[in-house]
Amino acid sequence: MFRRLLAVTTVFVLGTFSVASAAEPIKIGAILSATGPASFLGEPQRNTLLMLQDQINEQGGLLGRPLEVIIYDDETEVNRAVAAANRLLSRDRVVAAIGATTSGNTLAIMPRFSSARIPLVSMAAAERIVKPINPWVFKTPQSDRHAVLRILGHAQALGFSDIAILTVSDGFGQAGREVLQELLPEFGMNLVADEIYGPRDTDMTPQLTKIRGLSPDAIIVWGTNPGPAVIARNRVQLGIQTSMYMSHGVASKRFIELAGEAAEGLILPAGRLAVADQLPEGHPQKALLLEYIQAYEARFNAEVSTFGGYAFDALQLIVEAITKAGEATPQAIRDNLQQISGFIGTGGIFEMSPEDHNGLDEQAFVMVRITDGDWELLVE
Amino acid sequence: MKSSTLRQLAPVSAFYVLVLATPTLLSYDYYYLSILTMAGIIAIIVMGLNLLLGFAGQISLGHAALFGISAYTTAVMTATYGFPLAVGMLSGVGLTAVVALVVGMPVLKLKGYYLAMATLGFGLIVYIFFNEAIALTGGPSGFVGIPQLHFGGFTFDSELSYFFLVWTTVTVVLLISLNLIHSRIGRALMALHASDKAAQSMGINVARYKLFIFVLSAIFAGIAGVLYAHYLSFVAPSSFGFHFSVQLITMVVLGGMASLWGGIAGTVFLTAMPEFLRAYENMEVIIYGLILILCMMYLPQGMAGGVSKLVALVRRRLGRA
Repeated sequence: MFRRLLAVTTVFVLGTFSVASAAEPIKIGAILSATGPASFLGEPQRNTLLMLQDQINEQGGLLGRPLEVIIYDDETEVNRAVAAANRLLSRDRVVAAIGATTSGNTLAIMPRFSSARIPLVSMAAAERIVKPINPWVFKTPQSDRHAVLRILGHAQALGFSDIAILTVSDGFGQAGREVLQELLPEFGMNLVADEIYGPRDTDMTPQLTKIRGLSPDAIIVWGTNPGPAVIARNRVQLGIQTSMYMSHGVASKRFIELAGEAAEGLILPAGRLAVADQLPEGHPQKALLLEYIQAYEARFNAEVSTFGGYAFDALQLIVEAITKAGEATPQAIRDNLQQISGFIGTGGIFEMSPEDHNGLDEQAFVMVRITDGDWELLVE
Repeated sequence: MKSSTLRQLAPVSAFYVLVLATPTLLSYDYYYLSILTMAGIIAIIVMGLNLLLGFAGQISLGHAALFGISAYTTAVMTATYGFPLAVGMLSGVGLTAVVALVVGMPVLKLKGYYLAMATLGFGLIVYIFFNEAIALTGGPSGFVGIPQLHFGGFTFDSELSYFFLVWTTVTVVLLISLNLIHSRIGRALMALHASDKAAQSMGINVARYKLFIFVLSAIFAGIAGVLYAHYLSFVAPSSFGFHFSVQLITMVVLGGMASLWGGIAGTVFLTAMPEFLRAYENMEVIIYGLILILCMMYLPQGMAGGVSKLVALVRRRLGRA
């Protein structure tokens, strides 16, 4: 009995050892807000990372080694994000990391990654993450500037000149407001009203009433759910006919559910993920997007969102950098990340360079209109 | 007075020896040290709040805001205007004290729920200010680029050095607080906790003592604020909201009202626990809540009360044997 036990143990121990020495996993960290106020962003991101990890490992891993994505939830809290960053850097010794979900948390953890010389790919939109450039920090979402450029381009084509803006008082709204204030004059447009609402406000009729009195040509709303849905409903209640633009922050089906009938006719910039099936045949992103959507929906039985796409692109970019480098050291990953060009992701086609750690431009967005409770791609 | 100072010195020295030994005990695991550094910073606020709430019986839901005022002041002074670190830190603590003085004078006339409401209101106003004064504070997405601490030629850029800096400060604040509560002032505070009117009839200037302890606890929060800002080199309004004020109160109550040692234990426990619960992904929030409920059910006097009960029990058992 004892001998048999010894034999089994020996085989087991030897077995684990040989596996460990043959293929030590490549560790990539991720810090995301799977719970807390930003969970609507973080949840699909976590799902996407888990799905990709399994897919890559089923296909034999990376450089013959398994891929291990170590995911920590920061609960949308700055201090938890910093603790998670310390854990990834000092305990897990990751070679690269993805995160954080929100701009604030990314800004908080950035200095730790750059002083540890570990590349970090953020899933947050704020331009401040890559401007001024930090040699170790990248980001996958399109910048707010690109969304504003698309909206204003659309408005200019329609001959609008007096614009009212209504932005939320959080990091997302603040970033949008700054870019809008900067770019409106460049398009030769007048900012006739600059109104703000709180992230938890439940009635925006006062702001809209004031805007109606100034009779602008169009209203641009900048926020994430649920505020913009309230605004869309208030607009219908007040009988305002003025065209309304939304930001890419509401480019998920959830917004249409929240706003209901009031969403009809709203126009917004969105990543191509939302309208993948409407893209012309042969568009370089189409096949990738449809594949991602199908795999995600089959596995999680939930609708895919653009935000999960940010995580998809972040991990795929790191994987691409590792494959190109042929080794998984932080320095090699960083060097190859900023050489990536023509890389097709869910958010767009990435053209990285040492001066541009986002690699996207306004072409990453398309304009869509909400028609019959669904997205309708507007002809480019 | 002198003998009481000496009596405090022994346990505090023992505590400091433990602090010095901690990095070795944790085999220089920087992750654990960084959690303890954060816990130490919060423990400084909790000690001040314990003096106010546990000893003097005055509640404050505005301490997160006081903490934030100090953090933002030193951030703006040093990063935006390029003042030397010492000036930034002193003005952070100083401004916090002045704000506490100005707010405390009218507000401390209130009692109980009304005091809670007034301090809550103060906290909300400051929180909105951090969010809206974008030119000054960087707005909701935060303030970046706060310089690291350095004195003379030494820069506190390693986890280890910051750990020692923070916990040495905790020890000093602890020593000051222990001395304070064993002094005439401490007895006066406990008297006004028991009864305002009785204290007043004994010749205690109630209003002055309340204001004194409120400002002192604000100064502690201010010290924590500057340490926090230069540690993270980043601050955002979300760290100084109502939620954090409630967490601070939880730490005081869980640790044990009117026990400074309990306050430190409660802070370390509540700060470190979520990190250790990371292993139980998805379940951690439930476990965290469960632990809090069990603590409040079985340790109504907080952790300090629980420990002294345990000590009494062991003594009785030993005495019987």
